[in-house]
Amino acid sequence: MSNQEKLLEIKNLKQHFKVGKGTVKAVDGLTFDIYKGETFGLVGESGCGKSTTGRTIIRLYNATDGEVIFNGEDVHGKKSAKELKKFNRKMQMIFQDPYASLNPRMTVSDIIAEGIDIHGLASSKQARMDKVHELLETVGLNKEHANRYPHEFSGGQRQRIGIARALAVDPEFIIADEPISALDVSIQAQVVNLMKKLQREKGLTYLFIAHDLSMVKYISDRIGVMYRGEIVELAESEELYRNPLHPYTQSLLSAIPLPDPEYERSRRRKIYDPEKHLTENGEKRVLREVTEGHWIACTEEEFNQLKVTV
Amino acid sequence: MEKILEVNDLHVSFDTFAGEVKAVRGVNFHLNKGETLAIVGESGSGKSVTSKAVMGLIPNPPGRIKQGEIKFGDRDLAQLPEKEMQKIRGSEISMIFQDPMTSLNPTMTIGKQIMEGLIKHQNMSNSEAKERAIELLKLVGIPNAEGRVTEYPHQFSGGMRQRVVIAIALACNPRVLIADEPTTALDVTIQAQILELLNDLQEKMGTSIIFITHDLGVVANIADRVAVMYAGKIVETGTVDEIFYNPQHPYTWGLLGSMPSLDSTDEELIAIPGSPPDLLDPPKGDAFAPRNPYAMQIDTEMEPPLFKVSDTHYAATWLLHEKAPKVEPPAAIKKRMQGMAPDEPIIGAKDGGKHV
Ligand SMILES: Nc1ncnc2c1ncn2[C@@H]1O[C@H](COP(=O)(O)OP(=O)(O)OP(=O)(O)O)[C@@H](O)[C@H]1O
Ligand SMILES: Nc1ncnc2c1ncn2[C@@H]1O[C@H](COP(=O)(O)OP(=O)(O)OP(=O)(O)O)[C@@H](O)[C@H]1O
Ligand code: SF4
Ligand SMILES: [Mg+2]
Ligand SMILES: [Mg+2]
Repeated sequence: MSNQEKLLEIKNLKQHFKVGKGTVKAVDGLTFDIYKGETFGLVGESGCGKSTTGRTIIRLYNATDGEVIFNGEDVHGKKSAKELKKFNRKMQMIFQDPYASLNPRMTVSDIIAEGIDIHGLASSKQARMDKVHELLETVGLNKEHANRYPHEFSGGQRQRIGIARALAVDPEFIIADEPISALDVSIQAQVVNLMKKLQREKGLTYLFIAHDLSMVKYISDRIGVMYRGEIVELAESEELYRNPLHPYTQSLLSAIPLPDPEYERSRRRKIYDPEKHLTENGEKRVLREVTEGHWIACTEEEFNQLKVTV
Repeated sequence: MEKILEVNDLHVSFDTFAGEVKAVRGVNFHLNKGETLAIVGESGSGKSVTSKAVMGLIPNPPGRIKQGEIKFGDRDLAQLPEKEMQKIRGSEISMIFQDPMTSLNPTMTIGKQIMEGLIKHQNMSNSEAKERAIELLKLVGIPNAEGRVTEYPHQFSGGMRQRVVIAIALACNPRVLIADEPTTALDVTIQAQILELLNDLQEKMGTSIIFITHDLGVVANIADRVAVMYAGKIVETGTVDEIFYNPQHPYTWGLLGSMPSLDSTDEELIAIPGSPPDLLDPPKGDAFAPRNPYAMQIDTEMEPPLFKVSDTHYAATWLLHEKAPKVEPPAAIKKRMQGMAPDEPIIGAKDGGKHV
């Protein structure tokens, strides 16, 4: 893995919000890489900072501290409007709520073509229309849908429109923030299959944010587990599921109900007690590589123990 | 087994500008005392409308119960005047709504909201009700309940608010609890806590539960029996083991096929093609036929009746007719029917204590 080409390098990224008199450290020192062509999954409990991470990477927020390097260039350091525009094309976002994220007063073709217009990617009206039709086809809709409005579509279809919009500008990297959480299982499968197909065909790189762990495992090559604004464990997805090392990851995995009644009758959940774990000794836990590609936030002592047991 | 609730041939429609939306089209099911019945099915298949009908909460207009009975003891809830229904609602049958975050009143303390039903239905005095409210908050696992009864919803986290909603639903010891996707918006840890809580309460109080969800993992965890809904009808019903290990209806196969198993990543998810039928003009014959690769000629002409698979297991598909060709589910689904848990147990505790 390590000799793969890095598309994105996130270094000590911080996002602190001022709330009243205090500060919320929504993202507090994230460091990880995303390789070209992979799907990087980000999981963790509600409020741990997943969306904020995605939004800061794509620069919907200015980072409080740290760097995001995309194809060797610092995203947050960029100044000129022209450069920004170029960068905006390469990174796109798909949102959680397929209902709220599409403008109800725009037709499907105008929604999809918005990026094409902004970036001047179509030379004529006809070229624009062709592109829209092609995109609709790519996401499993058809030409006839172009002149309709979002409310005429089901949740799964709306999410496809959102994907078509993201694809319109030929991005390299897509951040998908809970793209399937609002959909029911059968439709989730359609959207996930579509995302996988597009990745194969276009070599896309994804940051896939979700709390449905079985879907994340299914779609991701590597997974980062977030807890209170930090990554506590990072590994290839198969490895993470087979061999979770951080007690929080273990608790998350043991809490997933699986569609297997017999298994469910005997499943026991492991409970994570942060007060106990985090205050064991005062030392700050940092991410350390225990086996190749498997990182865990731990103290020096824990690290030495893990190296012996693993 | 004692039936506590029985729904027969229920039809619910909504009159809209476009015409009559036939949301529920002849639903039959029953709920046994002390059991959990899960209702699963695609978005729009009529799960919420069915449960709202039981609660007498179909907004009229535009909605109306067109036909059918809802037997609760010797009463038919479909016929009951609103005044009588009010006595039942919240005391004998309670509901946790699909949208927990909006079902609390932001301007009223948590305690007052729990006490409301107790004062109304059980004629409790203010201080009795307050005591019971604290007891309920403890029951649903809110720490420092005495201190927190006087707080407002915004001071609680999402998971805690959901527990408060459950506490309100349980306040009067209902005999039937209807939970409409109570955990869908929550993350796994909190979901697990709430499922454990419901299981626990059921054991302690013998509550009968209707649990609506589209998460099959949750179903496997909580249900004794399962009803699968499609386009306003129940197309298959059976014990939880029958539905997961011996499903008969192609739509149920489709549901199982859309779930990834934790074991492998190479297999494609088997999405159900197409989209649900238009309930303004439901198709003739079997509503699932247009999306069903196994559909036969008869499916486009006549609706299949419920065929009996066992005393507890029924499915509405012509495939079960004696003259139908023998059809096997796709290999990937047969594999899932062997059990979807990974071959090697997932390790929860690294101390070798696999949680299996
Ligand atoms: N614009 C903002 N202003 C202030 N606080 C914020 C803002 N956005 C997020 N937060 C806070 O930052 C923390 C992380 O929020 P975030 O939305 O990133 O979580 P999440 O992991 O995406 O959770 P979920 O799974 O619920 O979507 C939370 O405590 C949240 O309340
Ligand atoms: N007030 C209403 N007016 C018109 N149609 C309605 C109304 N309420 C529900 N419906 C229709 O009834 C059908 C069944 O809806 P219902 O809410 O029961 O679905 P559901 O199975 O609970 O779906 P979900 O999983 O999305 O909650 C849908 O087609 C819906 O559009
Ligand atoms: S009755 Fe026909 S269309 Fe319906 S599920 Fe069975 S085979 Fe498919
Ligand atoms: Mg989020
Ligand atoms: Mg519903």
